[in-house]
Amino acid sequence: MGREEPQAVPAPSKWTPHRKPLAVAVGGLAVVTGVLVSTVLSSTGTGGTDGAGDTAPRGVAQGHPASADRPGEEPKPEKCENGDNPAASLRPSKDSEDAGDAVKRIKEKGKLTVGVDQNSYLWGYRDPTTGDIDGFDIELVRAIARDLVGGDGPDKITYKTIPTDQRIPAIQKGDVDMVVRTMTIACDRIDKVAFSTAYFEAGQQLLVPKEKDEKDKSDSPGAGASGDDEDRVKGFDESMRGKKICYASGSTAEKMMKSKNYKALGARPVVVPNQLDCLVRLQLGEADATVTDSALGAGQAAQDPSVELIGEPETVEPYGVAMNLKDEDLVRRVNKVLESFRKTKWRPAYDKWLGDDRMGTEDEEKPAPPKARYRD
Amino acid sequence: MPQPGGSRRTAWSEGVHRIRAAATTEPGRLRSIGAVLAALLVLFGAVTAWQVADRKDSAVAVVDHSQPLSADAARVYRSLADANTSAASGFLAGGDEPRAVRQRYEKDIRDSAELLATAAANSDNSRSAQRQIAILNRGLPVYTGLVESARANNRQGLPLGGAYLRYADDKMRGELLPAARKLYTAETARLDSDYGDAKSWPFLAIGVGVLALGALGWAQRRNYRRTNRVFNQGLLGATAATVAVLVWLVGGHALARSGLGESEETGARSLQALNETWISALQARGDENMTLVARGGGAAYEDSYKKQMAAVTGSGKAGGLAHALSLADDPAGRSAVQAAEKSVTTWKERHAEARGKDNGGNYDEAVDMVIGAEKSTGESFDKVDDSLDKASGHEQGQFESAANDGLGWFSGLSIGAMVLAVLGAAAAVLGIGRRLAEYR
Repeated sequence: MGREEPQAVPAPSKWTPHRKPLAVAVGGLAVVTGVLVSTVLSSTGTGGTDGAGDTAPRGVAQGHPASADRPGEEPKPEKCENGDNPAASLRPSKDSEDAGDAVKRIKEKGKLTVGVDQNSYLWGYRDPTTGDIDGFDIELVRAIARDLVGGDGPDKITYKTIPTDQRIPAIQKGDVDMVVRTMTIACDRIDKVAFSTAYFEAGQQLLVPKEKDEKDKSDSPGAGASGDDEDRVKGFDESMRGKKICYASGSTAEKMMKSKNYKALGARPVVVPNQLDCLVRLQLGEADATVTDSALGAGQAAQDPSVELIGEPETVEPYGVAMNLKDEDLVRRVNKVLESFRKTKWRPAYDKWLGDDRMGTEDEEKPAPPKARYRD
Repeated sequence: MPQPGGSRRTAWSEGVHRIRAAATTEPGRLRSIGAVLAALLVLFGAVTAWQVADRKDSAVAVVDHSQPLSADAARVYRSLADANTSAASGFLAGGDEPRAVRQRYEKDIRDSAELLATAAANSDNSRSAQRQIAILNRGLPVYTGLVESARANNRQGLPLGGAYLRYADDKMRGELLPAARKLYTAETARLDSDYGDAKSWPFLAIGVGVLALGALGWAQRRNYRRTNRVFNQGLLGATAATVAVLVWLVGGHALARSGLGESEETGARSLQALNETWISALQARGDENMTLVARGGGAAYEDSYKKQMAAVTGSGKAGGLAHALSLADDPAGRSAVQAAEKSVTTWKERHAEARGKDNGGNYDEAVDMVIGAEKSTGESFDKVDDSLDKASGHEQGQFESAANDGLGWFSGLSIGAMVLAVLGAAAAVLGIGRRLAEYR
């Protein structure tokens, strides 16, 4: 399972040079190809892009999303088959002295190698103007690096950009010491990689164009269908019928929207390779609403002030730091860092990156980190 | 030729009467022979003039029309691919997008738009070409709009810019480039068919010529048998004229054909091969840029890069450059292609290095390695681009001179054949008239 934010980008459309082509035959073929390509690209309807080949990240096919079975219900955290909570991790190490092999290895190297994302706004992204990588995930990386190698400068951390589908292989092969990349702790992953305790909880949510002010609406009564209240997507309910709803191929959102009860809402799917592509479609009017996880939805809302997250999350998806299963000492060490991060750094980081009500929490609940759970 | 219709009954009875007269008396027979010979010779002249004019028109179409149109379509195709590549380069540079890159993008878009307007005015006879031009005219403003949205968002530091650029890239590869390719294919098919028309042998004219020659030979042999005179000057003159037209026709056409063939092989084919390779190189460069624009999610672009590169350099079998080299027939053409080959090798090495840097977490260094001014893949690509430009210019020149040489052989042939044939017919009539006078 897992909330995914697929980094796979659209495969550049098929184009191979022919020598001395037969004009008619090639023309005909090319028309067919062109139609196919443009159908997929513009994604106007049809669920034909289900499992869109190699652009879909792996690791989403199995498992069950921790979603409410019915739209609008209170979501429950995922439970594994043996009844365990996947987010339960190893107890933190008592002090910095009891370093095991993994911690020693990193300390000797003097440098922490972390798998991150450069493309998730607010979480891990490269600011094109400064060239620096920053975000909520990156702040956590820095906190871990300060504890492990005594610094958070470029001489202490190597950021490796890895696509969504390479997160687990990169850890297993030892290319990176850990992955901090909006990675959901899920049952089908905990036997492949070791997770820290949860540092954030996200869930599938709706992103829609903001409603106009009351004043604007009264100025033009009944004028135009676009701004009309009747015509807006207001939640996972009847307002979705016939609307173009955008989500990323291979994502939890896709899985959720294709499940029986969500399918019955009658939305027309617009499937794109990457969640951020949905904002492009939304801006171009090719989609009416986007289903994505709240964390990434917040990133979209931050890039376009005229869209907002609405309603409550439909799922509970805890994020964790992923490490190699063998590096138990490192897991404990990271959990120790997280204990203090939750107390002192979490809230400032939240306010810096995710404040401004971008997460669309309707009740005035104060944002707080998820509680740490341990299994030993 | 028989003329049906008109006063059929009287013409018919008149004809029957004449044939009867011709069959029974020698003057009648001579008259008929003279008429047939004159008709055959005039027919020979007319068919020659008609068939040669046809071939000349096709040859002129090759030089003045279909080859320039094919070259223009190739430039549209190339300009669009180049625009897409430049857009991605500029995007990677972000805030300090070099002026030259921006200007190159703008020039590509301007060129495409202008060439499309020219093509729209010219392609009045090709439906398929018109359709592609319509697709391109519709898609171009949409594409530029997406690129500008990408730039605006990118300059604000928003990853959304990258998403817009990917969408623009999709539109370019999914809609515009295939349409440009089809336009190019349609125009090239027309060039091929014009070449075929211009080069086809005028068999009908040659056949009629041989027939006329045979008839003249028979008439002279008959004359010799009946009169024991070896020569009839009139018929001899007619024979000379017929032989002259036949030699001119066969010789002139053979030479024109070889000139056109040379222009096709040394020029047009080379240009097509170079163009295919050039566009593959442009797309490979675009893929290289997009891999970095996608920031860690560019595996699909890297795959596409490898595919385009394989089309340029070949993997297993000969690639586009090797093919172009085999078609280049002189040192100047070869050296330009070889220079491109050398630069592509450097490009590939640097690309591997840049990929290593990006995969190793040194994104900034990788970007510098790709769009930097020195020792970058961009520098290598520019060299490839320049070499291919040079090679194309050279082959275009070769095409033009060979095609004009070939075209020259057609000049005067039509009118000359007609005049000679009429003279020959007159001579034949005179020759027969001389024999006929002996019966008065």
